[in-house]
Amino acid sequence: MRSTKAPLLLLVLLFILCFSLAAWLDPRSLARRQQRSTDVLGVLMGDSRKMFANHFFVKADAYFHSGFYPTIFDNRESFQTPHMAGDAGAMKDENQGEETAFMGKPRDFIERFNRHFIPATHTHLDQGGAEGSKAGADLGESPAGGVREILPWLQLSAELDPNRIETYMVTSYWLRKRMGKVNEAEEFLRAGLRANPGDSALLFELGRLYHENRQNDERARNLWELGAHHLQQGKPPLADSDKFMLSNLSLSLARLEESHGNLAEAINWLEVFKPVSPYPSQVQTQIDDLRDRLGEPAPQAEHEAPAH
Amino acid sequence: MNNVFAVAGIVIKEMYRRKDFYVLLILTVLITGVMGSVTFFNDDKIVRYLKELCLLLIWISSLVIAITTIARQMPSERENRTIFPLLAKPISRGELLIGKFLGCWLACGIALVCFYSFFAAITVSREHHFYFLNYFQAATLHWFMLGILIGMALLGSLVFAAPSSNATICFVVATAILLVGRHLNQVALSMRGGQQAFIYGLYYAIPHLEIFDVRDLIIHNWSIIAWPYYGAAVLYALIYGAFFVAGACLLFRRKALN
Repeated sequence: MRSTKAPLLLLVLLFILCFSLAAWLDPRSLARRQQRSTDVLGVLMGDSRKMFANHFFVKADAYFHSGFYPTIFDNRESFQTPHMAGDAGAMKDENQGEETAFMGKPRDFIERFNRHFIPATHTHLDQGGAEGSKAGADLGESPAGGVREILPWLQLSAELDPNRIETYMVTSYWLRKRMGKVNEAEEFLRAGLRANPGDSALLFELGRLYHENRQNDERARNLWELGAHHLQQGKPPLADSDKFMLSNLSLSLARLEESHGNLAEAINWLEVFKPVSPYPSQVQTQIDDLRDRLGEPAPQAEHEAPAH
Repeated sequence: MNNVFAVAGIVIKEMYRRKDFYVLLILTVLITGVMGSVTFFNDDKIVRYLKELCLLLIWISSLVIAITTIARQMPSERENRTIFPLLAKPISRGELLIGKFLGCWLACGIALVCFYSFFAAITVSREHHFYFLNYFQAATLHWFMLGILIGMALLGSLVFAAPSSNATICFVVATAILLVGRHLNQVALSMRGGQQAFIYGLYYAIPHLEIFDVRDLIIHNWSIIAWPYYGAAVLYALIYGAFFVAGACLLFRRKALN
C-alpha cells in the first residue's frame, strides 16, 4: 500500500512556497507601482519623458528671449545656463561670452538676407520682450506681463519629469516675484514636494515664499531648518549643488535669526555657512561682529581657519 | 491665357470637391480649440503656445494640401487617359502645366486664407489686438513658399513614376530644407576640401524655404519685416517657382504620354 503522506507533504510544501513567494513579491510590486507614473504620458513615453522635459525647459527659455535663441549649430557658450533659471537663482550661472552675439557676423549674403526673417535681437520677456525693444513700431502693447508666456512650457516640463527640481524653482520664482501669483506658486511647489519629498531646494523656495510673500517667518524658519537638516544628514562630501543650497539655507536662516534678535542662533547658522561660502573670511568677520554685539569673546583659532 | 485659367479653374474645383482640405481644417480647429481650453496657473492671457501650435498645424496642413494636390495631377490625367482628349483641344502642353501649377497655387492660397482667418480669430480673441500687416506678410510669404514647392512637385510628377514616391520625396526635401537649410553653410565650414565645396554648393543651390517661415516673428509679436526685404523674398520665390515650372515644361514637351 502506497503512503498518502508524501503527496500531502508536497502540497503543503508548495503552499508554503507560494505563500512565501507572494509575501516576498507583494511589497516589491507595491513599491514599483508607487514609483511608476500612472499617467498616460508616463506609460507611452517611458524614460524619454526626461529628454522631452529638458527640451520644453529650454523652450521656455527660448520664449523668454522671444525666439532669439541659439540652435545646436550656433555658439551656445552664453546660453549654457538658461537665463530665466539664472535670473531666478535656481541654477548656478555658467554662461560665458556675449549673449547678444551668438550668431556672429553673417558668413554670406544668404545668411545676411535670412536674418531679416528671424528674431535677431536679444530681449528678455520681463523687460518687455520683442514689443518693448521696438518702441513706436507696428507692434507694441503689453510691457512686462509677457513673462507669463513661459509658463505652459514649464508646466509641461514638470509633468514630463516631476523630479527636475529646477523647473519648480524657476516657475515659482516667476509666478510669485514677477506675476504676484503666490497661491499658484505655493501649489506648484507643493506638487514638487509631493514628487520629491524632503528636497532641500524646494523647501528653500517654499520658505522664501513664506518669508517674502506671506511674511510668515515662523513657517519659513521651519522649512529652511528642515531643508538644512536634510542636507546636513547627507553623506559627506556634499555635491556642489548641495553646497550651494546649504549656503542659501544657512545664510537665509542666519539673516532671519539676526532680524529677530536671535544673535546666538544667527552665529550658529553663519558657522554652518562658513565652510560652504566662497568667502569664509568675510563670514568670519560677520560672526565676530555678532559675537561683539552678543558680548561673547571670539575664539582665536577660528580667525585662522583655512578656506574650504 | 484663357486656356491656362480654364485648367486652373478645374484644379480649384477639384480641391473644394475633395475632403482633404476640410478634414485638415477641422482637425486644426479642433486641436487648437482643445489646447486653447487649457488654463495654466489660472492665467487666461497666455497665448503664444497656442499661436505656435496653430501655426504648426497650418504649416503641416498646407504642405500636405499643396504636395498631394499637385503630385497626383499629371499621373491621374495619364492614368485615366483624359490627357489625350485634353491635348486634342487647342491647348499646348506648356499651357496645361502652367494651368495645373496656377490652379494648385491659387487653391492653396484659398486654403491659406481660411487657415489664417481662423488663426487671426483665435489670436484676436486672446490678445485683443489684430496685427494685420504681420499676418498679411506671414500668410503671403507662406503662399509664395508653397509656390516653389508646387513647382518642385510638378517637376517631380514628370520624373518619378508614382505620385506617392514624388510626394514622399518632396516632403522629405521640404522638411530637410526647413530644418537645416539655414545652417548648411555652418556645417560646410566644419568640413574640408571636396566635402566643403559640395555642401556649400548645395547651400547656394537649394531653394531656401526657411526664409519664408516667419512663425517666430508672429508668435512673439516682433515688428513687421522691412518691405524691401519682403519684396526681395517674394521675387526670390517667383524666380525659383518659374525655374521649376520652366523645367517641367521643357521635360513635358519631349515626354511620351503613354
